[in-house]
Amino acid sequence: MLAHSLFFYFFSTIAVFGAIMVTVSRNTVYSVFFLILVFISISILFIMIGAEFLGMIMLIVYVGAVAVLFLFVVMMLNITEQITKRSSRKGLINNISLGSIIGVIIFLELLVVIGGWKYKGTFVPLSNINLNQYVSNTHALGNILYTEYIHLFQISGMILLVSMIGAITLTFSKRENVKRQSYFTQIQREKDSAVSLVDVESGKGVKIDD
Amino acid sequence: MIEIGLGHYLTLAAIIFTIGIIGIFLNRKNVIIILMSIELILLAVNINLVSFSIYLQNLVGQVFTMFILTVAAAEAAVGLAIIVIYYKNKGSINVEQISSLKG
Repeated sequence: MLAHSLFFYFFSTIAVFGAIMVTVSRNTVYSVFFLILVFISISILFIMIGAEFLGMIMLIVYVGAVAVLFLFVVMMLNITEQITKRSSRKGLINNISLGSIIGVIIFLELLVVIGGWKYKGTFVPLSNINLNQYVSNTHALGNILYTEYIHLFQISGMILLVSMIGAITLTFSKRENVKRQSYFTQIQREKDSAVSLVDVESGKGVKIDD
Repeated sequence: MIEIGLGHYLTLAAIIFTIGIIGIFLNRKNVIIILMSIELILLAVNINLVSFSIYLQNLVGQVFTMFILTVAAAEAAVGLAIIVIYYKNKGSINVEQISSLKG
């Protein structure tokens, strides 16, 4: 139990530090790296609490795909010149005050909700949670994901498809001076327009007009 | 203090959520950091759902977390595509210069 709390405090401190650094750091590439740090520590917390499938999925999807996507976009766009450019000082102070006021208000509201709320008796303390030895977390998730929630699962696949098509059509640009294969004109070609048969008399050649 | 309960996880999620909210306001450099702040907010929501799911011994929260993960990935892809095409058109993704909607 002591080890669990020590690990919780360690990784949550790292996560909060990383989250602060994501917003504060001046270089965008550093913020992407801190975002990866936050995701890794939170996924370790998930694995520790017993949701190991989600922790692993978090590593794969966020660190492996989303963060790398961010990194690619940051590297592709030339943002470094904008970092050196000084933004207007007055607007920055204005924003910091407004943002911190709203943030503190939201945080206090969340604390009121968390602190003032009586926990139900059905909450089990972490030491009493009995994990089933024979059914792993992945197995149990699959059992209900593919039976009760199969339609939602399919719809989430459709969401991914739509977002993929949307991203491709948004960034697709038609270039000039590039020869492309045109399938339909190739398929529609007939014999008459392509081939002509000529009777050749002996002794004379054939004049091919082009 | 030693026993890590649900409240600890909820507090961690609240802290990360607030940092995400402040990050949206604080940021004046580029839009990508705003997208990252949105990812942080979604992460805080995921922490809430997973911790409730564990402490209630109910797996539905984890299923829902997977759907949120899907939507977050889709949102990141489309948002980054929009940013790329905006940069291609305007040559900058500075937040202060994006003011076409002001008229």
